Amino acid sequence: MRRSIEMSHTDPKLHGVLAEFEDVGSLMAASRQVRDFGYTKWDAHTPFPVHGLDEAMGVKPTRLPWLVLICGATGLCIGFLLQWWTNAVDYPFRISGKPFFSLGPATPIMFELTILLSSFAAFFGMLIINGMPRWYSPLFSIARFKRATDDRFFIAIEAKDPSFEESRTTEFLAGLGASAVERVPIPEGRQVSPQWLRTSAWIGLGLLSLPPVLAIEARYSVDSEPPIHIVPNMDWQPMVKAQSEFRLEGSPIFSTGRSMRPDPEGVVARGEEAAGTPFLTGKDASGAWLSGIPADKDAALMERGQERFGIFCSACHGQSGKGDGLVHQRATELAGSGKSIWVQPTDLISEAIVAKPPGEIFGTITDGIRNMPGYRSQIPADDRWAIVFYLQALQRAQQN
Amino acid sequence: MADSVSSPTLPHQIEPPALVQGEHDFRSVTEEVAAIAELPKPPKAWYRIFGVAVALLTTLLGCLCYLFWEGIGIWGNNQPVGWGWPIVNFVFWVGIGHAGTLISAVLFLFRQKWRTGINRFSEAMTIFAVVCAGLFPLIHVGRPWLAYWLFPIPNQMDMWPQFRSPLMWDVFAVSTYFTVSLLFWYMGMIPDLATIRDRAKTNLRKFLYGFFSLGWTGSNRHWHRYERAYLLLAALATPLVLSVHSVVSFDFATAQLPGWHTTIFPPYFVAGAIFSGFAMVITLAVPARAIFGLKNLITMRHLENMNKVIMTTGMMVGYAYAMEFFIAWYSGNQYEGFVFINRAMGNYAWAYWIMVTCNVLIPQLYWVRKFRRNIILMFVVSIFVNIGMWFERFVITVTSLSRDFLPSSWHYFTPTPFDILTLAGSFGLFFTLFLLFCRFLPMVAIAEIKGILPQAEAHGHEEEH
Repeated sequence: MRRSIEMSHTDPKLHGVLAEFEDVGSLMAASRQVRDFGYTKWDAHTPFPVHGLDEAMGVKPTRLPWLVLICGATGLCIGFLLQWWTNAVDYPFRISGKPFFSLGPATPIMFELTILLSSFAAFFGMLIINGMPRWYSPLFSIARFKRATDDRFFIAIEAKDPSFEESRTTEFLAGLGASAVERVPIPEGRQVSPQWLRTSAWIGLGLLSLPPVLAIEARYSVDSEPPIHIVPNMDWQPMVKAQSEFRLEGSPIFSTGRSMRPDPEGVVARGEEAAGTPFLTGKDASGAWLSGIPADKDAALMERGQERFGIFCSACHGQSGKGDGLVHQRATELAGSGKSIWVQPTDLISEAIVAKPPGEIFGTITDGIRNMPGYRSQIPADDRWAIVFYLQALQRAQQN
Repeated sequence: MADSVSSPTLPHQIEPPALVQGEHDFRSVTEEVAAIAELPKPPKAWYRIFGVAVALLTTLLGCLCYLFWEGIGIWGNNQPVGWGWPIVNFVFWVGIGHAGTLISAVLFLFRQKWRTGINRFSEAMTIFAVVCAGLFPLIHVGRPWLAYWLFPIPNQMDMWPQFRSPLMWDVFAVSTYFTVSLLFWYMGMIPDLATIRDRAKTNLRKFLYGFFSLGWTGSNRHWHRYERAYLLLAALATPLVLSVHSVVSFDFATAQLPGWHTTIFPPYFVAGAIFSGFAMVITLAVPARAIFGLKNLITMRHLENMNKVIMTTGMMVGYAYAMEFFIAWYSGNQYEGFVFINRAMGNYAWAYWIMVTCNVLIPQLYWVRKFRRNIILMFVVSIFVNIGMWFERFVITVTSLSRDFLPSSWHYFTPTPFDILTLAGSFGLFFTLFLLFCRFLPMVAIAEIKGILPQAEAHGHEEEH
C-alpha cells in the first residue's frame, strides 16, 4: 500500500487516483461529494450494481433503449421485406393455394427477427457504448483493485479531468472516508497482447477468410470440370438401358452381364397383338390407304369419337374441325402482335381433306404431319378409328 | 431477516425465509461460488456422473455416424408415422429449454428476487437443452449437410425458403431463441467471469477468464448500461420464450391431422414447456447443490417455489388434456372424437396413462407443504415429470399419425434400438455440457446474489429521487 503525497503537477505517466471504500454507504456518500465537487472524468467500481449510485454519481440515463428500438424496427422491416420479396416477387410460387404473401403466416418470422435484432442491439450496443471489449486498463496494475469484483468499492478520478490536481485530489478522496488512496500510474511501455496471440489471430483470420474467397471465386469463374461432390447424394447410380450390357464390371443381376432377360422367341407385347394389321396401319396388304373404317360403325363408336375428338383434336382444329381451335385463336393474337409466326391448323372440312380416304386420316393421326405430332402413344387405335368416324360425321354435317 | 426498511422494491411484506442463508458477506459469496470453478479437482461424484455422460455422448456420436452413413431408415420412422422419436425428442428438449429463460427473464421482470439463486444455471440448462433440441430436426431432415437450405441464402438458382410453412417459422424461432438465450446467459456471466479472472492464479486461467470477461472493471457507468441492457433483454426474451413453443406447436396445429389441428396448442405447449423445464431445473439443482455445497445459495425456498410452479403448470397441462377431450366431443367431428378415444383406450393407452399419471396425478403431492420441501421426494417427482412430458410429446406425435384418415395405412409405431440410443445419447450431450459448465463457470450469479444481500443497500443514506 503506497500513498502518494508528493506535490507535483499532473504527471504524464499518471492515469489517475484510486480510492477504496469498505461499504456501500461510504461509497455512496463519497460519490455525491465527488459529483458535487465538479469532477467529470471519474468512475465508481463496484462488484455488483449498487442501487442509487447512478443518481449519486449523476450518471445520465443511457440512450441504449433508443438503439434497441431502432434495431427492433429494422428487424421487423427485414422480416417483412424478406418474406414478401423472396416468396411473392423474386420467385413467386403457389403452394397449397395460399396467397404469395399475407401477413398472418409472415408474422412469426417478422416477430422473431424483431426480437433477434433488438437483442443484438441491447447486447452489442451495451458493449460498444461501454467501450468493450477493452482487455486492458491501468487499474488492473493495482493489486487492491482486484477486489473491485469481489467485496470492495472504488472511486477512480482520472488525471485527464480538468479539476484534477494530484495532491489535492488525493487529499480530497482521503477525506471522504476512503480506506486507502493510491495513485494509478500508466505502466511503462505500450501494453500489447502477447506476440503468439497476435500471430495466431492473424493466421486464424486469414484462414477464416479463405472459404468466402473461394466461394466468390467459384461463383464468378467458369470451370469445365464437374463440381466437387463431397456428398454424392445418389447423383451417380448404376443405370442401364433395357436389353443392354451392364456397364459395371460383373452385373449383379444376370450372370450373362445383361441388364434384362431377352424376350423368348415369338413373344408379343400386350396391346401389340394386332401389329402390322390394317387396323393398326390404316393400309391394306398392297399398301394402299383403307377406304373404309375397320370397326362396327354404330352410335357407341360415334359418341366415343366425339368425346376423343373433343379431348385431343379440338384444341387446335376447333370443335367444328375448321382449324379454329383455342390454340389457333391465341397463337393468331400473338402472331398479330409480332411475337411469333403461326400456321393455321388444317381445316378438316375442306375439300382436300374430305377427299382423303379414312385410312390416310387414320395414318395422319397415328404418325402426325408437318407441325402436328403423332398420337400413336396417346390414343389407342380403336379410338383413332372412332375419331376418323366422328370426323366423317362432322364433314357431312357441314358440307354445303 | 426482515429487511424491508431500505428495500424500495419490496415494501412491507412478510418476508419469507432469506434467499441467502448462513452468515454471508460479499467475500464469502465470491468464495463459495468461485471456489467451485477453481477446484483443482472436482468432487468424486462429478467424475462419476461425467463418466456416464461422456459414455452416452460417445454413443450419440456413434449413432450419428451410423445415421449419416445409412440414412434415417435406422429409426422406426415409417409411413404413416413419419415423425417418430426425433420430433418427440425435439419438442421434449425445446420444452425443457424454456425454464431457464422464463426464470431469468419473466421472474426478473416481475422482480422476483428468488430467481437469483437459480437463474444462471437454469439459463445454462436452457442453452444445452436447446443444443440437444436443435440436433434432432437437423438429423431428421435426412440430409443434414443440406440444412443450410433452411436459411434464406442468396443463390444462383434463386431458390428461397418457403416462408408460409410453419417449419420455417420453427427454424427462425428456435435459432433466435438459442441466440438470445446465449447472449443473455453470457452477458449475465461477464461480471462473474471478471471475478474469477481477478482470483486466477495460473496464466492460462488469467488469459481465458480475462478474455471472456472482456475487460470488465465493474465501472458504475458500465453497470448502468449493463443493467439497462439486461432489463431490455429480459423484456425481449419474455415474449420470445412464449413465442418459441407456440411456434413449435404450430408445426402440429396448422396440420389438418385430427388431434393436432387445435387452437389450444400454443398455450398448452407453453404451459407444458414451463412445467417440464422447472422439473429439469429441480432434477439438476438437487444434486448440484449437494455435490458443490451450494445449500445456502440455492435454498429450500427456491426449491419450494419451483415445486409450486410445477404443480400449477401441471394442472394447466391437465386442464388442456381434459379440454382436448371436451372439444373433440363438442366439435362433433368424428375423426377428432375417434383420435381422442383411441388415445385413451387404443393401442397407445399405456403411453397416454403414463402421461396422465406423471403429469397430472403425481404433482398433486405438492399440495402438502411437507412434500414440497422433501429433497428426495422432489427429485423423484421431477424425474416422473420429465418422463411424463416426454410421453406427452410421444402421445401427441405418434397416436395422431399412426391412425390417420385411411385405415388401410394404420400402423403401430415401434422404435428401433437406434431410436433409444439416440435419445439416451442426447442426455449424454446435455449432461456433458452441463457438467463442464458446473466445473468451469460460475454456477450461481455472484454479482446478483451480492445485490440481494442486506449489505448491498446503503444504510442511512437519504434517497435522492
